[in-house]
Amino acid sequence: MGIEPQFQKVEEKLFQNRYLVDSGQPHIKVMPHDKPSKNLLAMTHLCPAGCYSQAENGQVELTADGCLECGTCRILCEPAGEITWEYPRGGYGILFKFG
Amino acid sequence: MIEEKFDAIVIGAGMAGNAAAYTMASRGLKVLQLERGEYPGSKNVQGGILYADMLEKIIPEFRDEAPLERRLIEQRFWFMTDKAHTGMHYRNDDFNEERPNRYTIIRSQFDRWFSRQAQEKGAILLCETTALELIRDGHDKVIGVRTDRSGGAIHADVVVLAEGVNGLLGARAELRSVPAADHVALAVKEMHFLPAETIEARFNLKADQGLVIEAAGTISHGMTGMGFIYTNKESISVGIGCIVADFAKNGITPTQLLDNFKKHPSVAPLIAGSEVKEYAAHLIPEGGFKAVPQLFGDGWVICGDAGQFNNAVHKEGSNLAMTSGRLAAEAIFQIKSRREPMTKANLALYKKMLDDSFVMKDLRKYKDMPALLHNSAANLFLTYPELVSKAMENFVRVDGKTKIEKEKDTIRNFRKARGFGLIGDAIRLARAWR
Repeated sequence: MGIEPQFQKVEEKLFQNRYLVDSGQPHIKVMPHDKPSKNLLAMTHLCPAGCYSQAENGQVELTADGCLECGTCRILCEPAGEITWEYPRGGYGILFKFG
Repeated sequence: MIEEKFDAIVIGAGMAGNAAAYTMASRGLKVLQLERGEYPGSKNVQGGILYADMLEKIIPEFRDEAPLERRLIEQRFWFMTDKAHTGMHYRNDDFNEERPNRYTIIRSQFDRWFSRQAQEKGAILLCETTALELIRDGHDKVIGVRTDRSGGAIHADVVVLAEGVNGLLGARAELRSVPAADHVALAVKEMHFLPAETIEARFNLKADQGLVIEAAGTISHGMTGMGFIYTNKESISVGIGCIVADFAKNGITPTQLLDNFKKHPSVAPLIAGSEVKEYAAHLIPEGGFKAVPQLFGDGWVICGDAGQFNNAVHKEGSNLAMTSGRLAAEAIFQIKSRREPMTKANLALYKKMLDDSFVMKDLRKYKDMPALLHNSAANLFLTYPELVSKAMENFVRVDGKTKIEKEKDTIRNFRKARGFGLIGDAIRLARAWR
């Protein structure tokens, strides 16, 4: 194996991980907004799992399936009410093999 | 609905929670431990280094059974520029002692073992159970927790919040606030698998010996942060972490930062050909002494990362977590033995024990360090590594210039840096270290 497979897109990095996704029950939700706040917009580059993206209309969207449950978005965006952040139901979400 | 009432409910089966559950259960208390993961460790991430002394105080014979990766015999500090690193390496044969001082561990394996020890002492563990909120009585005393299991109210005399840096319960109950963005670092890490012999050859190690590399400099793009490389038995943990507030301002993604670190010419050969089997991210409490919240109240105590117990200078987190969990358990046991209630006044004993221990003493020693590292980030992580690297290159490279001329070049570079505040930074650093 060469050195190249080590440098993958974040989606491919997440593919190595083990998840039990709670379908239809995302544990993080972005609150409706016209224009994203600075912190919410920052999540589009800051989320280590690449869960946040900006839609064509400028709003920030979230797909939480690959979430690593680090809490970075909670630190930045929960206090001002830009997102809601819960833990996944017991047993669901990221299941670290090594951690 | 669990009808019986427990002496204590422990939230979380990480280092702090397991230490607390083990200590209380082994003293005969009725302990229930809640873990939201599939098994203890499945939600936990660490570099990770285990400090033997703090675990010995809980389980003296842990070396016989605990899943340990490699005993650490060498520490490397790297000051990095884009193409170079200036290093300080410390290796000592004394670290090959019979009872080694530090080990690398893999948390999902270690936490499962640690939790099993607590269960063998009588603690009851409920996995796949997320604690949703604390239950209080009419006098605001915490009397239990509600979980996501059906009818999930469970009662206890005291709740030990060992819920981690991103714990929700304490913040929801307004016992502590959500950590500030400049008080936490986001670290990303990959597990790179290689045969044990390859790791040993690349790092000059014998079987079961390990080493740690901690790296700072241009790798963090002017942000307050560190890279790390830890050798496990058949894998290498490679990661990098920076303060969240810095990340928010800087446009780089955590994965780019990690990949750049991995591509650095000093790092790439160490992990070449490896197979990556996991990518993890986690927050690290970095606020230090000044960020420690109120740690006890009527019916509750806070332990581990949830209490911001991390010594950022020495990269010690898990041993502070274990010790805070053990001390909370000992305080609870003492109060229980006197047949007294778990009031705020009585649980102040936990804080007193912490103050008397290395946990608070070490955090107090470095109380000004987090702010200093953060305020002088551009100098410390960009300017000074370049200076040191240039001075080293000037010393080593033979190019016909006279040695007097070379020394003058180096001195001139350092004089220029005085304009950036080199001397002020040196004084502030010395003060913060004192």
